[in-house]
Amino acid sequence: MRVLAAMSGGVDSAVAAARAVEAGHDVTGVHLALARNPQTYRTGARGCCTLEDSRDARRAADVLGIPFYVWDMADRFHEDVVDDFVAEYAAGRTPNPCLRCNEKIKFAAVLDRAVALGFDAVVTGHHARLGADGLLRRSVDAAKDQSYVLAVLTRAQLDRSIFPLGDSTKAEVRAEAARRGLAVADKPDSHDICFIADGDTRGFLSQRLGEAPGEVVDALTGAVVGSHTGAYQYTVGQRRGLHLDRPAADGRPRYVLSITPKTNTVTVGPAEALEVAEVRAARPVWTGGARPDGPIECEVQLRAHGDVVPATVSLDADGLHAELRRPVRGVAAGQAIVAYRPDPAGDVVLGSATITG
Amino acid sequence: MAYLDHAATTPMLDEALEAYVATAREVGNASSLHAAGRRARRRVEESRERVAAVLGARPSEVIFTGGGTESDNLAVKGIFWAGRAARAERIRVVSSAVEHHAVLDAVDWLAGHEGAEVGWLPVDAAGRLDPERLRAELAAHGDRVALVTAMWANNEVGTVQPVAELAAVAAEHGVPFHTDAIQAVGQVPVDFAASGVAALTVTGHKLGGPTGVGALLLARDVAATPLLHGGGQERDVRSGTLDTAGIVAFAVAVEAAVKGQQEYAARVAALRDDLVERVRQAVPEVIFNGDPTDRLPGNAHFSFPGCEGDALLLLLDAQGIACSTGSACSAGVAQPSHVLLAMGADDDRARSSLRFTLGHTSTKAEVDALIAALPGAVERARRAAALRTPR
Repeated sequence: MRVLAAMSGGVDSAVAAARAVEAGHDVTGVHLALARNPQTYRTGARGCCTLEDSRDARRAADVLGIPFYVWDMADRFHEDVVDDFVAEYAAGRTPNPCLRCNEKIKFAAVLDRAVALGFDAVVTGHHARLGADGLLRRSVDAAKDQSYVLAVLTRAQLDRSIFPLGDSTKAEVRAEAARRGLAVADKPDSHDICFIADGDTRGFLSQRLGEAPGEVVDALTGAVVGSHTGAYQYTVGQRRGLHLDRPAADGRPRYVLSITPKTNTVTVGPAEALEVAEVRAARPVWTGGARPDGPIECEVQLRAHGDVVPATVSLDADGLHAELRRPVRGVAAGQAIVAYRPDPAGDVVLGSATITG
Repeated sequence: MAYLDHAATTPMLDEALEAYVATAREVGNASSLHAAGRRARRRVEESRERVAAVLGARPSEVIFTGGGTESDNLAVKGIFWAGRAARAERIRVVSSAVEHHAVLDAVDWLAGHEGAEVGWLPVDAAGRLDPERLRAELAAHGDRVALVTAMWANNEVGTVQPVAELAAVAAEHGVPFHTDAIQAVGQVPVDFAASGVAALTVTGHKLGGPTGVGALLLARDVAATPLLHGGGQERDVRSGTLDTAGIVAFAVAVEAAVKGQQEYAARVAALRDDLVERVRQAVPEVIFNGDPTDRLPGNAHFSFPGCEGDALLLLLDAQGIACSTGSACSAGVAQPSHVLLAMGADDDRARSSLRFTLGHTSTKAEVDALIAALPGAVERARRAAALRTPR
């Protein structure tokens, strides 16, 4: 096949491209330039869109002997990922930009362009399994599993995707990179959000949205217990950095329970008030293909690297709802609920949807 | 493989390569006083004389440098600094909107860091400068202009400028005129003295010489403040141990290119005209950019409306055809060409462009290969670009 390897400059995508070459594909490497001004994004090895990363990707492609190009996706990335990220926070939700990037950029804008240019598929270094059966499964490396951020992909997108790393642990990938002479073998993993240069999400949001002072209200007493400079700076489940003026009457720690953009209010309460036993979600995607015709017994994951809970998922007019077998704390609107079917050969992704409440 | 990117770099001539290797085997620093040094010195001076002879300069006007970018920087900054040092009110630089970045960015740097004012000369739709615009500019600001710099021929669209006319206008006002002739030497007749320019940039690797060696021809009555300080080589204008082997090979290549220019231009222009005609027949809605007559013999530059140039380049590269989007890269990302924008193209048309440049090794078979691959590539690239809207 003629395949396009998305190369971030990191070790995973370099090894993924190498494996695609070894599998006999005709591979072309592409680095996505996502920053409008590359200097403003993370410097060094932490992000995914610096000039240094672009050079690392190019060097890896050289070593593999494959053509390499940089595709400018900065405008699309800003519209579909960065602006969406800011708008979601402004609306009191907690977005996952990596998931959005997969949905809108890597497996949409990039994949569509690749197909139009005559490529058959896109290869990425995501840690997830996608075998001959067409099912998307968790990586063998549970700690590095990225099936959660891929669960938004449709059948059509998965049919044109290749994830060569799903059967390997991160340690194996690094060792293989070293064996292949790829200089990125010991490059540190990227963390956090690539377009927030200093890791300061609050600062980034404040810059975009401006200060909007408001009240912090205790859910139990209704009393105003503090103030904030922007409700968008908070995430459901957050405990640190609340800066309450006075301790709660019951002396127990307070957590963010909800954010109400309309009144610019942050509501806090005790830990148990965070517990939810039912989750509602919209815009379901059935990764495996068919929409289920009745309730499904499965396991659900409610945030990246979050706990997995047995649940019953049922479809309804608004999307779906999940009844959790045990309550979960800190479920934030905007995050994805991903349903898995446990399987000894790797838990299978059934589908995902965006949590609304 | 079809190599259609000679304006980026062209293969070394055999005689230049042989001269390089033979000279590089010899030890000797041209500044040393002993026999080995004298031998190196002699090779350098013979080379200087050869370059001067074929380009219409005096040997003492040839300053060897590390290539075109250095020569351009030396001319732009050096002549500006020297002019301002002589008369403090000379803080204006006049340049064109279509210069190579080696000139453009040097001028911008003077504006950003040295307080220079800049007068930018516009071009017409063919990329041509109008000497009357320069006359008006100098009539308004002549006393304050330290330097006029305008290229002999454009590296992207191939348009050849009326350099002698421009230089004459500058001379009327006593303003030194620099021209970047990197794309011109060996392609069109270039005579330093006859052109009336004060400074001229030439580089080796565009005409069959090695990369990393070039020259600035600098008239004897024009002062330039050095960029590099050190051993005082090259009239104290360019310090640094002379690259004897590179200079020898450079001189061999310059001589061959200039002496063979007429024959070369006739042959390559015929090949290029064939390429242009066949591209027009093979691809609907193609736009041929640049001056149709006053242009470099090896240059063919097109816009393919509805395509992105970088997608076309990828598709042609996959079929063994090397060409260029002709524009500068920032982190490998193609920016719309400032040359095409200056010629009045919009962003989309600028981004839809490709440059094919022929050279001394070009063959009809290479043109055939391009014509075989291009229509399919354009059709694919148009399909890919159509995805952009609607979202």
